[in-house]
Amino acid sequence: MKAIYVMWLRQLIRFWRTKSRIVASLAQPILFLVALGFGLGPIYAKSGAGNYIQFLAPGIIGMSILFTAMFAGMEVIWDRQFGFLKETLVSPSSRFSIFLGRTLGGATVALIQGIIIFVITLAIGFRPENVILLPVALVFMFLLAFIFTALGTALAIKVEDMQAFPLIMNFIIMPVFFLSGALYPLTTASGPIKTIALFDPLSYQIDAIRSLLTGVANFGLGLDLMVSLMCAALVTIMGIYFFNRVEV
Amino acid sequence: MSSPIIDVRNVVKKFKKFTAVDKVSFSVDKGEMFAFLGPNGAGKTTTIRMLTTLLKPTSGKIEINGFDPLTEQQRVRSSFGIVFQDFSLDNELTALENLRFHAALYSVPKKLAEERIHHLLKLVDLWERRNDFIKTYSGGMKRRLEIARGLVHHPKILFLDEPTLGLDPQTRNTMWDYIKKLNKDEGMTVFFTTHYMHEAEKYANRTAIIDHGKLLVMGTPDQLKKKTKTASLEEAFLKLTGHGIRDESSKSIDALRTAAKSWGNR
Ligand SMILES: Nc1ncnc2c1ncn2[C@@H]1O[C@H](COP(=O)(O)OP(=O)(O)O)[C@@H](O)[C@H]1O
Ligand SMILES: [Mg+2]
Repeated sequence: MKAIYVMWLRQLIRFWRTKSRIVASLAQPILFLVALGFGLGPIYAKSGAGNYIQFLAPGIIGMSILFTAMFAGMEVIWDRQFGFLKETLVSPSSRFSIFLGRTLGGATVALIQGIIIFVITLAIGFRPENVILLPVALVFMFLLAFIFTALGTALAIKVEDMQAFPLIMNFIIMPVFFLSGALYPLTTASGPIKTIALFDPLSYQIDAIRSLLTGVANFGLGLDLMVSLMCAALVTIMGIYFFNRVEV
Repeated sequence: MSSPIIDVRNVVKKFKKFTAVDKVSFSVDKGEMFAFLGPNGAGKTTTIRMLTTLLKPTSGKIEINGFDPLTEQQRVRSSFGIVFQDFSLDNELTALENLRFHAALYSVPKKLAEERIHHLLKLVDLWERRNDFIKTYSGGMKRRLEIARGLVHHPKILFLDEPTLGLDPQTRNTMWDYIKKLNKDEGMTVFFTTHYMHEAEKYANRTAIIDHGKLLVMGTPDQLKKKTKTASLEEAFLKLTGHGIRDESSKSIDALRTAAKSWGNR
């Protein structure tokens, strides 16, 4: 328990001490928000689908969480290079708590990032339908953060290679993001995309966040929650498996 | 006779086809200071990694404090403290934070941890710098802090992998004297590697020399000198391992660190 807490705390302290990175990592989601929102918005409206910013905002919140979460794995790579990983792995604290603490820490950081983007979307014109549901949306934002932090962390301990890791991350992040319904409605997307999106875990958290904030649902909250929890369990098991076997 | 606290039987470690540790057997008694010597690439660090649960042996049997590193990892890990050959501090944290973090990972009660940390930081002369970030520390300061860290949880065994590399003679002496004192007063077993033969000669009860993964000899420094008919441990060492120069193959980590620095990430 103590180990989980200090691993979590360490991630937050490190996050806080590198605030410049936070600002830098906000740039990309804001660019997407502005360029797509104001660029495609008018066409979207003309087609009769309504306000695009309203649709897009939850997707971009999800995007910023996804990116931050996956790259939390980079911290593992740095820790390995700088030897600190050994210090944690040689301690009597279980590898389970080390993995979980790291992941919870990274996920918290990603969640904070998502909340910052949420505030920015408000400034750009996003209006949540129902403020009371916001805490539930936060739960799904956290699930999203957790799933992909765990995935990034698990892969990082496996991959080791500092140069290969960002490439692999992008290789996963891009399709996960673009095929998730973050940017366009899956209901009107063409067949193949619709099918692929069913197998994209991100689709479900985005769907949940969107339906909670704007009332537009695709899969329904029940399915969203079930798939998200299953994915979270799966990546956790994978992470613990890798952490238990890693040699440093 | 005291019982062995480290027991190694026919341990082999192969990296693919390359045999880094080749049928090594030895044991270290409780309360001993044991020097594990050998040229670069001899297999010292690899052996320590196996003793400390970080690497699985290809074959052979290891016991640490009566526990098996393969099946009783947690118990083995609580039995020892370690100073790794390469630095292993968190650069973004302060010295105090690094030690508190360590105490938490080893479940040292808060109040006790604070007392020990205070004492240890004074001892390694870093108390005044306790709130500075590690990235502002020199190599010698980092090493001293790592030694302090390895002692925070009062381990039964202390592993030191080239702990004095890059330290000035003053610091080296202070450090060894303190470790010797802990060894005497607390009965802490010390297993260390070093390239400074006089350190082994002065502080080790027993010494083993390993080369190309094979254990060559083992005994007190005096026995080794007698056996090789030499006047110092250094001469004995050179006689046994030859005068050829060895390279440490894994220098890539330094390149990575330089790359990391130039990326400005940390
Ligand atoms: N992960 C690894 N993969 C392949 N070879 C390795 C690995 N780790 C160590 N070695 C090799 O094993 C030998 C012993 O290394 P090491 O135990 O670090 O030596 P020492 O600590 O005595 O200098 C060296 O030749 C080294 O290159
Ligand atoms: Mg070594």
